[in-house]
Formats: sequence, structure tokens, C-alpha cells
Amino acid sequence: MLLLVPLVFAWAACSRDDTGRAPRDEVAEGRAIIITKECGACHVIPNVPAAWGRVGPTLAGFRGRVYLAGRIPNTPDELERWLLDPPRLVPGTAMPNLNLAEHEVRAVAAYLYTLQ
Amino acid sequence: MSDAGVLSSLTAAPGSAAAAIASLGQVMFLGAALVFLIVTVLALAGVWTRAYAIDGRRWLVFGGLALPSVTLAALFVHAAPLDMSAPGPDHPDLPRIEVIGRQWWWEVRYGGANDTERSFVTANELRIPVGRPVSVALTSADVIHGFWVPALAGKVDMIPGRTNRIVLRSDAVQVYRGQCAEYCGGQHGLMAFTVVATSPADFEQWLATQVQPARVDDGFVRGYALFDRAGCPACHSIRGTMAAGTSGPDLTHVGSRRMLAAGTLRNHIGTMTGWISGAEDLKPGSGMPADRTLNGAELRTLAAWLLALQ
Repeated sequence: MLLLVPLVFAWAACSRDDTGRAPRDEVAEGRAIIITKECGACHVIPNVPAAWGRVGPTLAGFRGRVYLAGRIPNTPDELERWLLDPPRLVPGTAMPNLNLAEHEVRAVAAYLYTLQ
Repeated sequence: MSDAGVLSSLTAAPGSAAAAIASLGQVMFLGAALVFLIVTVLALAGVWTRAYAIDGRRWLVFGGLALPSVTLAALFVHAAPLDMSAPGPDHPDLPRIEVIGRQWWWEVRYGGANDTERSFVTANELRIPVGRPVSVALTSADVIHGFWVPALAGKVDMIPGRTNRIVLRSDAVQVYRGQCAEYCGGQHGLMAFTVVATSPADFEQWLATQVQPARVDDGFVRGYALFDRAGCPACHSIRGTMAAGTSGPDLTHVGSRRMLAAGTLRNHIGTMTGWISGAEDLKPGSGMPADRTLNGAELRTLAAWLLALQ
């Protein structure tokens, strides 16, 4: 019975909403989009196959990254704006506009914020 | 995998040699299973029935001679015509197609010296008209490669100094993936290509487009200037420009191809950008140096221009 106590706490911790985590479906969809769009051509991305690129920064630990492209605060809103059209936010960036739809951008952001 | 194409001999294209091989394989498998079943039943019957005298000669003549002769003859009659699907002469209506294996990509030549009106060089993507057997000449510029489109035909080696032939045919409009099937060095695994079977009308249209030199649009001057500054013409050709390098794929219509870097990446603005500036990370040994001459915006401009070369 005592063994169950930490499990219950763990469950309570998981089901709390204040972690800002996205639903699991959205995270999985985001990962699928990252794989299909082959973001790994430019970025190292944890748990994504063949993501070896070093043209852009590694996305490992992305949740803790403070600035996007070295200048935009890394908040969910800014990240979505960035992913929708990077050159509009930072004209000199090497990252092109990948023509992602808004729901795709949300899903990709959801996955990126799982990278601790 | 819709971009990359079908890569399985179990989903052989209708009308292809692979379909004939698959049906032969199934007949052989069923035949062998039937023989195995009969032998097993006989063996078990031998164990479970009481001993009695048998007519040895009858078993020998029927079981040992007649039955195998009939079975093997039937399988031979079934298999022999399939074996004779050897390449015929080039069809005069179709341009000659030659594929040259290179570490680690595929140079594709249509037309040739006797057919200059339909003569052009491309890379990593073949197109064939639906319902027509197309003979493809295969050779290599360096080591031995293997030309294999599992859904269309068997494997044929590409040997330096020698020309082999293969017949490709698909009766369905479909995209197929081919793969090098003979170990050829470090990036053998990333040496793939695309075969697109299209309607005859689309095929003629594609030929007419591919024969043209590179499209000149508003972005041409700036795009080519960046291409030149980054040193790309040393290895790549773009017909209609000064770029005439031959050690890398011809890029005259690179934007029209489905995949980049010999089937390594889907072809779009993101992968084109990443490939130009990070090829050695994505395909070590490819020989394509990472670009360090262009700034970010210039890199995007160059990638967009290359994709506009339809």
C-alpha cells in the first residue's frame, strides 16, 4: 500500500495543468510534421530520425532556450509567429518560410516545448 | 512515403517484370508447399500405418520419375517465358535512356548523340510513359553500383566500362523508389532515385520541358550571381548559363525533381537550404562542401531560385 503513495503523487503531478504541456496528440502530430518536413536537414532534434543538420542551432533543450534566432523572446506566441514566417521577424535569418499552416505551427511548437 | 515512392517488390507495378517475378515466386511457393504437404502426409502415413509389403517398382516409377517430371515440366513451362523478358532493341519512338551510377548519385541521360532534339542530362529521377516497356542502358563512372527498382524489375549491376540493360514498365501512373543494390561506399544507403510513370502526354510534356535550358525569370540574374559566388558552377551544370561543372548533378531543372541528394531529402525550400549549406553533415563524403560565403538571406534567395528552376 505504501508503494502506491508515490504513484498517486506521480499521477497527480502528471495530471496537473500548470506545467503548460500540450496534449499528447498535438505533440505526436508536431513530431510527425518535423519528420515529414525534414527539419533535421538543418537542426539536431532529439528523438527525430536523421536530424543531424548543423546549419541552424540544435533544438535539444529547446524549452529552456531564452531567445529565438538570438533576439526574439522564446514564448509560445513568439515561437508560433516565428515558425509561420521566420524571415518576416528576422530578415537576415537563413531559415526560410516553410509554409506551415497555423495548426501545424502549434503542433510543432508543442513538440519543441517537450525538449527539456 | 508518397513523395519518395513505392519501394517494395511485394507491391509490384502492374505490367512490370517485378509483377511477373512476383507471380512466379507465388507459383513456386505454392508448388513447393503442395509437394511438402504430400511428402509430409506420406511420411506420417508411413509412421502410423501397420507395415505391409508395397510395390517398390510402382512407387519408383510414379513417385520417383513421373511425378517430378510432370511437376518440373509444368513449372518450367510456366517460368520459361518469364525468363525471356530480356531487353529488346531501343524503341524508336522513345528517347534512349542511360543511367550512370556515381558515388553517390545517378546521372540520367535522355536522347544521346543520334537524337539531339530530345537530348538532355538530368539526375536522380527517371520518367517513363505508362504501359510502354522502356529499355534503360546502365553503366558506372566509378565503382560497381546496382540499379534496383523493387516494384518494377529485378536488380542489374552497373559496371564501369560495360553497358547492361534493363526494361522498366509500369501500367499504372505511380511513383517508384529505386535504390543502389550493390555496396558502393560510405553513402551507399543514401543512393536512391525516383522513377515516375506518367501518362504518355505528361511524358512528352516533361521531355519538352527538360530539353529546354534553365528558365529565365525575374530572379535569374540575382540567383545565378549567388550560385556563381558560392562556387557551385565548379561541379554543377545549369544549361543556358556558364555553369558547366560535371562532377555533380545537372541542376537545369532541379526544382522539378521530387527528391534532393539522390533520394535523401524531399525537395522543398527547407531541405534545399539545409542541403546547400550542410551537405557534408547530411551525406558525409558526398564531396559537396558546406557553403560559408553567403549570408542567411542570400542562402534563402539561392535556394528559392534553384527551386524555381522547374
